This record gives sequence, structure tokens and C-alpha cells, in this order.
Amino acid sequence: MSSFKDQDMISLRDMTIDDLWTIVTKAQEVKAGKHRGCLRDKTIASLFFEPSTRTRLSFESAVVKSGGSVFGFADPGSSSQKKGESFSDSIRTVTGYCDAMVIRHPVEGAARLASEVATVPVINAGDGANQHPTQTFLDLFTIHEEFGRLKDLKIGIMGDLKYGRTVHSLTHAMALFGAEMVFISPPSLKMPQTILSELTDKGISYRTANTPEDAADMNLDVLYVTRIQKERFGDPQEYKNVAHGYRIDKNTISVLGEQVRIMHPLPRVDEISEEVDKTPNAIYFTQAHNGVPTRQALLGLVTGGIS
Amino acid sequence: MERAYKVYAINNGTVIDHIPTPLALKVVEILGLGNEGIFTIGVGFLSKRLPGGKDILKIENRILLESETDTIALIAPDATINIIKDGSVSEKRIISIPKSIYGVMQCPNPNCATNKLGAHRHFKLEDKEDMTYRCQYCERVTEIIPGNLTAPE
Repeated sequence: MSSFKDQDMISLRDMTIDDLWTIVTKAQEVKAGKHRGCLRDKTIASLFFEPSTRTRLSFESAVVKSGGSVFGFADPGSSSQKKGESFSDSIRTVTGYCDAMVIRHPVEGAARLASEVATVPVINAGDGANQHPTQTFLDLFTIHEEFGRLKDLKIGIMGDLKYGRTVHSLTHAMALFGAEMVFISPPSLKMPQTILSELTDKGISYRTANTPEDAADMNLDVLYVTRIQKERFGDPQEYKNVAHGYRIDKNTISVLGEQVRIMHPLPRVDEISEEVDKTPNAIYFTQAHNGVPTRQALLGLVTGGIS
Repeated sequence: MERAYKVYAINNGTVIDHIPTPLALKVVEILGLGNEGIFTIGVGFLSKRLPGGKDILKIENRILLESETDTIALIAPDATINIIKDGSVSEKRIISIPKSIYGVMQCPNPNCATNKLGAHRHFKLEDKEDMTYRCQYCERVTEIIPGNLTAPE
């Protein structure tokens, strides 16, 4: 897209490598103190049709820090959909109250539908198992901040690769930058074949592994860890056995090499030992904090406060 | 005594031949012909090209649009289309699978906005060889399943 003003942010599939560069660069500028007040006189609707902590709070923090105002709801119980109003009508109404809207919804494609109905830019803050583009933007910003580049990186992506929308979007984005990737997961939670085929079609080199130690020879720059969700396993003992093998501790870091940086979209349960938190390898809290400048930059771009 | 015609000739309209048996009724459904004018169907004719048999559909007094005949390719890629005017063939139309599908295919993902929030069904061609399409809402890729094709929305 030549200009971000008035554009919707629904899916990584709509974006080019230049778009991703623009967002990373502007987030960097915001973090460095530029574009103060870029949302002054702007009102942002924050419509969370399912609960979220980090995403909602960091969006709301981003609006306030940039001088804008924010309103909305944090759970579907407080929306008029409970009274039987259609989703489209809710969006048609709220579009007249704000300059941009942020939507999280449990149904896949809800943000796309909202963008067709709304007359203001719509930002997808997660639609079911489909997309969560702003998580990917902040992941890219964090990787760039740490390494000074997005090209020629070696990335391990670990955990629930079958259902995790975050890892699907990150894989798509890193493929645009030509990263070398390794997918580490239990056999039952492997990366879907459709995504692996897309990588093959693009000529991206990847491999799969059962444990992080299997990727020790790659000298990974980043190990991106995601939660293995208990509810994916019928047998609690099976979950326990699998989860145990996917716990990152200081020993894992020494096997992977001191250069490796550990990322996680949070919340973590027990997949990263707390002893890792204080090592220079742990960048997951910085990553979470980077959600604010990234979302400030994005909101500034779509509302015209940043050009 | 053998009948002169198994499916009578039409003077004006569209003839769709080489539909794999028994999909002629499905073609009627996806074209939304149910309540529109006269059409005749022949089911289960012998065919060299289609070992399982072929169906023929003749639609009177209606020239199908190219967008409509391309939709037929989703379930009958080898179908032949003849446009009839004044009793003779005025056009032999070649069909190809459409780049976009609107309305006639239901997304197999039960949690898709088209199934849950009333979004209008829309798919784009993902891979021509595999005949796969990507839903423009939930973004899942799906193969063509005749059972998921319905009357236009």
C-alpha cells in the first residue's frame, strides 16, 4: 500500500515487505521519541468481543500515550450483541463514533467483515485461529531492534505449531525476509502442510525437529516459544509428558549457544523456566512492551497522524 | 420403438453436455434455476469421455453468462456448453474454473464469518492445478466439494 492513511490492517496476506518495513521503521521512531501526540484529537474504539489482557491493554496504552482517547468494551457481555443486534449493525453504529477501531473477535473473518462495513480504518487484534497481525508487527520490530536486521536470520519456532495463529503469521512474515527456519513441535502439533508447501513454493529453506536440542547445530538467532495448550490433549498424562520436553531453561540455552534470543508472545505457563528471565537471552518482556510503540505507530499511520 | 430424442432439442437457450452423472441437479442448484423458466434434464447417458455416464441439461430461452458457465467448471470441468439461437448452435463456449467464487460455495470452516456472522461467501482461486480456493474471510484453503456447493446467496 502506498499510504497507510485510512487503510485497514486485517491480515499479513494483504501486506508487502515494504509495508512491514514501514511499520518497523515508524515503531522505531515512536520508541525513540518521535511522533509525540500523533493521535491528538483522535478517538479510537476498542471492541473486544472476547477477553484479552496484553493486546487490549497495550492498544489502550498506545492510544493514551499518543494523546488520543479510547472507549469500548472488554468482554462481549457488555456489547449490544447480547440483546440480539447483528455484528454488522454494531460495527455500522460504532463507525460513527470513532476515527479508527480495534477489533478482537472469536470468529475467523470477523475483522474482514467489519472492515467492509466500517467507514473508518479497522485493525484486527485477533480473529479466532486466523490472524493477529499486530503481534507479528511487534515481533518483527523486536527482532529488528535486537539484531539490526530482518534478513538472513535463523529462527526456531517452537510449541503448538498446528493451531497457533501467532506462529503462522510470523512464519509468513519471516518467509518474506528469507529467514532460515526450523519448526520444533510434538508430532501431534506440527506446522500444517499447507504452510510448509507455501514455504517450499517460495524457495524458503526450513526443517522440522522434535526438540530444541535437535536444532543445536543451526546456531539459531531466535527461538520463538509458544504455549502448548492443555486443551489440545485428551489425556492429561500425555500433555504432561509432552510439555515437560518443551521447557526452556539455562541448559537449553547453553546447548543452543549464547547468541540465541528467546521470544514468547506471552502468557507463558511453564514452557520457559523463570531462571531464564534474568539472562541476556530473554527478550520476551521487552517484546511485550514493544507492543505499545508498534501499536502507536500503526494507529498513527492509519489515522494520518504519522505519514 | 426407440424415441427420436431422449432430451428434446431447444430453439433458444443453453445446452450443457458432459456433466458427470448424477451432478445435473447440482448444476441446476448452483445456477439458481429452481424457480426460473423451463429446463430439461437427461441423466445417465452412455459416454466415451465419462465412464460413469453423463447428464445433459437444456435451459430454454436463457443464455447463461460466462460467469455462470465458469461456475459449472467447479463440478464439471469437462462440460461442453452450446448456446442455441433460432434452432442452431451460435456459440460453443469453452469453460474454465473461475478466479473468484461468490455465493455458491459454503466455507467448510464452521467458525468462519460466512457461517457465523452473515458475511457473503467469497473465495479466490489459490491453486489452479489442485483446484483449491481460499476463503476471503477465514483465509482457509479448501478443495471443491460438490456437497458444499449450494444455490447462490
